[in-house]
Amino acid sequence: MRRHHDMGGLDAGPVDPAEHDYTPWEKRVDAIVRLLAGKERRLITLDEHRRAMEDLGPGAYDELSYYERWISAITNILIEKGVISVEELGGKMEAVKARWQEARE
Amino acid sequence: MSARFIVGDRVRVRQAYPPGHVRTPYYVRGKEGVVSRMIAEHPNPEERAYGRDGLPPVPVYRVLFRQNDLWQDYQGPEGDTTELDIQEHWLGPLEEDGG
Amino acid sequence: MSETHSHDDDWPYPHPQQPDIEDGPLTELMIMIDAVAELLIDKEVFSADDMRRTLEAIDSKSPAEGARMVAHAWLDPDFKARMLEDVNAAAEEMSIDAGTIPILAVENTKDIHNVIVCTLCSCYPKYLLGLPPDWYKSRAYRSRLVREPRAVLKEFGTEIPDDVEVRVHDSTAELRYMILPMRPKGTEDMDEEALAGLVTRDCMIGVTVIDRD
Repeated sequence: MRRHHDMGGLDAGPVDPAEHDYTPWEKRVDAIVRLLAGKERRLITLDEHRRAMEDLGPGAYDELSYYERWISAITNILIEKGVISVEELGGKMEAVKARWQEARE
Repeated sequence: MSARFIVGDRVRVRQAYPPGHVRTPYYVRGKEGVVSRMIAEHPNPEERAYGRDGLPPVPVYRVLFRQNDLWQDYQGPEGDTTELDIQEHWLGPLEEDGG
Repeated sequence: MSETHSHDDDWPYPHPQQPDIEDGPLTELMIMIDAVAELLIDKEVFSADDMRRTLEAIDSKSPAEGARMVAHAWLDPDFKARMLEDVNAAAEEMSIDAGTIPILAVENTKDIHNVIVCTLCSCYPKYLLGLPPDWYKSRAYRSRLVREPRAVLKEFGTEIPDDVEVRVHDSTAELRYMILPMRPKGTEDMDEEALAGLVTRDCMIGVTVIDRD
């Protein structure tokens, strides 16, 4: 009955006060969401984004970091809406990886 | 906005547990509170979450709950509260019988 | 296979050769993020320039503007009233862009101490205060603040007297929240800039106070 993200009132340990500086990649995810949801494009809504994160399921909370959940959710919505295809994304991910590896050699 | 409730009304959150994108947290379902502020009408996020326009817009209210009404074992003083924004269709007047 | 990046020279992403990028492993997460961004740019959903400007906007936001608004509110009761009515409009008066998502300021008084959370996700007034701290988004904070706020506040070194109401604000709808903390005693001679220097991010979330009598 209670979904995994709906956690108000559940038991948990102490709040870890440690903070990290946001990495360029994390900011990039935030930027992608802002650009997609902003009024110039309105390709996604805040509500769709939240719902997509909720639909990632309990495993996502345990296994994925905050921004991993964000980019997974966004990617799912973009595929759902036909903005990008699975094939395109797969091909692009391979290309990105290859480029990095080349640069490191 | 044509609203069902006004500031000061005692309300009860519906005791329902539908699936989908719900912004009324589990911990206030079935609980009693007081309308403390009128927010605005807003397109329904429960519909917008699925790419629909969420119209007509739904009135949203700020509802104030006593912590002792939310939690059986609340450790703090009597006066402590929690306040959140709730859509009209999640609220009923206190005379009604929940869900 | 050749890369057809004709926009290499204005590509907003740091290239792998840049020395400021740690020589760490390339993670799947990084690959996915770069791939999605590049695809969207290839498809002209947005441009590399849009991305760069948005990253700059993200970097430009910190608690400082919120602090300036709080200090101004302390000195100007009419501004304070307007800020409590509509933070975004009041921000514009000070040439501050608080974004289009409405922010509501709640005022700490001698009778009420306010603190904010988003139990359902991690909504935060980031268009005014910048990106939230990790702990704000954590399971522990989101779960426990609504149920045992005083215990959580104590972990931050904050103890609120029993005769002061602790009010937790859960950002469940579109509104984001910020705290307008109480002006500390002994600051009568301070100017606005000095007062702004007292206002921290944590006291605008409500987990700390600047001081209490």
